[in-house]
Amino acid sequence: MTEDLVLPAPRDTDVPAGEPLLEVSGLTKHFPVKGGFPIRRTIGAVQAVDGIDLTVHVGESFGLVGESGCGKSTTGRLITRLLEPTAGKISYRGQDITHAGRKDLAPIRSEIQMIFQDPYSSLNPRQTVGKIISGPMEINGINPEGGREKRVRELLEIVGLNPEHYNRFPHEFSGGQRQRIGVARALALEPKLIVADEPVSALDVSIQAQVVNLLQEVQRELGIAFLFIAHDLAVVRHFSHRVAVMYLGKIIEVGDRASIYARPRHPYTHALLSAVPEVNLSEAEDAGPRERIRLAGDVPSPIAPPSGCRFRTRCWKAQDKCATEEPPLVQLSGNHEGHLTACHFPEEPSTEAREEDIVLDPALAALEEDVVDEG
Amino acid sequence: MTTVTKEAGAPVPADAGAFLSVRDLHVSFKTEDGVVKAVDGLSFDLERGRTLGIVGESGSGKSVTNLTILGLHNPQFTTVEGEILLEGQELTTARESQLERLRGNKVAMIFQDPLTALSPYYTVGRQIAEPFMKHTGASKKAAWARAVEMLGKVGIPNPKERASDYPHQFSGGMRQRAMIAMALVCDPDLLIADEPTTALDVTVQAQILDLLKDLQQEFGSAIIFITHDLGVIADMADDIMVMYAGGAVERGTTAEVLRSPQHPYTWGLLNSMPRLDSDLSAPLAPIPGTPPSLLNPPSGCRFHPRCTFQDRVDGNRCVTERPLLAPDRASACHLTAEQKHTIFVEEIRPRLG
Amino acid sequence: MLRFLVRRSLGALVILILLSIVAFLLFFGMPRDPALLMCGKGCTPANIANIHHVLGLDKSIPEQYWIFLHNLVLGSNDFAQGPCPAPCFGYSYHTNEQVWATLMDRLPTTLSLTLGGAVCFLILGLGTGLIAAWKRGTLVDKTFTAGAMVISSMQIYFLGPLALAILVYQTHIFDKPAYNPISNDPVGWFTGLIVPWVVLSTIFASQYTRMSRSSMIEQLQEEHVRTARAKGMSSRYVFFRYAWRGSLIPIITIFGIDLGSLLGGAIITEYTFGLPGLGRLAVDAVSFSDLPLLLGVMLFSATMILLCNIVVDAAYAFIDPRVRLA
Repeated sequence: MTEDLVLPAPRDTDVPAGEPLLEVSGLTKHFPVKGGFPIRRTIGAVQAVDGIDLTVHVGESFGLVGESGCGKSTTGRLITRLLEPTAGKISYRGQDITHAGRKDLAPIRSEIQMIFQDPYSSLNPRQTVGKIISGPMEINGINPEGGREKRVRELLEIVGLNPEHYNRFPHEFSGGQRQRIGVARALALEPKLIVADEPVSALDVSIQAQVVNLLQEVQRELGIAFLFIAHDLAVVRHFSHRVAVMYLGKIIEVGDRASIYARPRHPYTHALLSAVPEVNLSEAEDAGPRERIRLAGDVPSPIAPPSGCRFRTRCWKAQDKCATEEPPLVQLSGNHEGHLTACHFPEEPSTEAREEDIVLDPALAALEEDVVDEG
Repeated sequence: MTTVTKEAGAPVPADAGAFLSVRDLHVSFKTEDGVVKAVDGLSFDLERGRTLGIVGESGSGKSVTNLTILGLHNPQFTTVEGEILLEGQELTTARESQLERLRGNKVAMIFQDPLTALSPYYTVGRQIAEPFMKHTGASKKAAWARAVEMLGKVGIPNPKERASDYPHQFSGGMRQRAMIAMALVCDPDLLIADEPTTALDVTVQAQILDLLKDLQQEFGSAIIFITHDLGVIADMADDIMVMYAGGAVERGTTAEVLRSPQHPYTWGLLNSMPRLDSDLSAPLAPIPGTPPSLLNPPSGCRFHPRCTFQDRVDGNRCVTERPLLAPDRASACHLTAEQKHTIFVEEIRPRLG
Repeated sequence: MLRFLVRRSLGALVILILLSIVAFLLFFGMPRDPALLMCGKGCTPANIANIHHVLGLDKSIPEQYWIFLHNLVLGSNDFAQGPCPAPCFGYSYHTNEQVWATLMDRLPTTLSLTLGGAVCFLILGLGTGLIAAWKRGTLVDKTFTAGAMVISSMQIYFLGPLALAILVYQTHIFDKPAYNPISNDPVGWFTGLIVPWVVLSTIFASQYTRMSRSSMIEQLQEEHVRTARAKGMSSRYVFFRYAWRGSLIPIITIFGIDLGSLLGGAIITEYTFGLPGLGRLAVDAVSFSDLPLLLGVMLFSATMILLCNIVVDAAYAFIDPRVRLA
């Protein structure tokens, strides 16, 4: 094993060791599938989220990555209680809010805010920017010193917009500016936790960087905890202290940023990282070539997920045990504290190139075989 | 593999030069708000068998350019000026029937979203067989066999059965494979791929990109690969052209453009992009401001309102004079070659980590 | 497909039963007593009570409803006028004829008028719409669009008499509208209905022109249509094979509604041209407080509309393979 040779990965110095703010355990959401004859009834369930545990600490930025259909967005909506969980427990500052009613939820609603992906459809086109941002204050009956309008102007300034634009409508702004309005609205109630669901994926690269920086400033300077949901691994790495990787409704690996990105153990995390197309900027390849893993096919249907380990149908290490026994999410030997992996046959903690590429896609394998034969 | 028989094209003149040559292309649309200058004085060349990556953000004119090559713009609202020469044949003035013979045959396209780009009403097999029948005169049966063969080639399991499926019965990745099969069915000389993996998940994207590269080796097509993702372009392209607000601002080989970029916009893109190996202690360095409106583009250099280096150019040239892009390795910027080199090495490079 | 038909038919049955209950309650809520109308001059309370008894109106409403359902399904021999085989709606208060027989007697007129008209307006409307879309922005397109706009703002009670005056009474080009059964006199059937068809299809076609044009233009901007062009298919092939198919979906929806309501009785058209169809029957039933006839016409019309709805939904699946019938 190479584990002894690997130096401990550098810990990020800015990881705040805050108290748990949000604790989620066994969180599950099954969407019913209707069908049957002659009377329609529930005949199955889309297991969008299936028993996940996670903790977000005060002031921490927690990243949730995965491909479409893995349940990351559903998780965000469960935590903000936009969806009702099927099972499991969500507690905020020790208070169980899993099924809290409107009244119990009211004080907490203002502390947990959400930022959405699409800056075009998430703002009411018939309201002015001022009205959009002051809306949450109005609903919660909050009257800041100097009045709501003054506060809105402050917020506009914080997110890098002109306070004079108070009376403009959303369509007068570009995509990046709209997302700033969304951030200002989320900040209006001085939240402790912001759930950001793909907040930058609809934006162009140069604008995306502006919004990422804004969110990072907000997070650091106001000490707001973030649950950052995204499919872009590089953006999540940039933004998050800790990262959880989801696959088909389960968290398959979670840990601090350095562990997940430099010392991943789950084969799926390896495959994901290896699939990210990267710009190699240096002529001297000091970083060393990365491993190449090409999976076959697409993610299976969440209506009938594979038994045991959900990744086994696309995994190159899968054995009989993977089909019968679901791997628990545990800390493997040699891993950092808090770096948990759900795998029976974990990979080496390195993303460097292997002796042989792992190419599971049959078409790719066939084409590459031809090339090798001819060469 | 079935051999593709094609009508013998017009003899290529000896001095035809590049396989595809775009010269001073201008494309503008009439809209309710005025005339949008989507492409404004673009020139580039493409050699056979090479991959040109066109990178740019939305509104940079990269997609419009490539729709114009095949004449797929709406002629009612669009004005096209300049030259597009494919093996010496002028395409901007070509008749619709001539373009129809080229489309899907010599030049094929792959679009971004395979769900909307494939017709929901016909089977995948039929949609692949159609252009083959049209361009090679093959029988229905032979074309279907060819469709099945192509589906197998792009990695659809059980291609015989799956050919009779409709696109909605395919997953996202499989649909894009079917789209690739459709584009390659007539063995085109040029494949234009417009953001072909943007709608796909990252692991599927990796499969599709590798598949395209491997298939290019087999089919020998030239590829124009349009994307906003520098990572994807680094993976795919031999040459890169960076577009901004309707024009090219920098071009060169992939190694040149990514390792010693010369244009402030390219620097901005590289600095904006988080990478898996970037330094986490520094924030990203985004380009300030937003892309300009093409209804009323800025004077001089289109990038000057967002450029942080214009004070290093003598006088007011960035505002008054549009910098030109020379052929081959070049960037359209008034900074001197020396300045570009120094700024990149001393100010940009270190920030990239 | 079978599942779909069974499920939808059951649903339709439930709707029809609910509808008949509502109709029953409304009828008895009316401040008019059908017995008064039948009794005529010199009416005594005893006469009225007698009529009530004969018509069964002295029974409670639920009981009457039960008898109605029973007769509908099994038929009845209890009527004074004679036997009434299923589906039995009873005998008309007004004419003393079997309601079902009356309906069947009037149906061919409405059927001929509606189906003939529908064929005309579909061909005319879709045709002009397609031409307008194909020639988008040209003079042809503008003429068609403007013409359709003008015509669709007219009403049948304006266009109908106008057509009669010009085409029949002034120039004598066409026969006076009349219904001749197709089995007796096919030529007379055709010439008798040609003016109503022309008027009906002109008015309906103008809507279909506009709908077909806009739906087509929308489809032509679809990405898959662009893909078809990008693979070298000819403009005409792309237009008809790729764009047209998708453009039919909104049109079929409206067509189903139009056809259903026309089959249930094109009241104004039938009145304008003096054709004895279901629409006129419905008006008669209401004006004479003729409960059996009213229920018969209403349930028959409702059945037509529901039937058209089922056919439309089945047609979706035929056009678009993504639609699954279940």
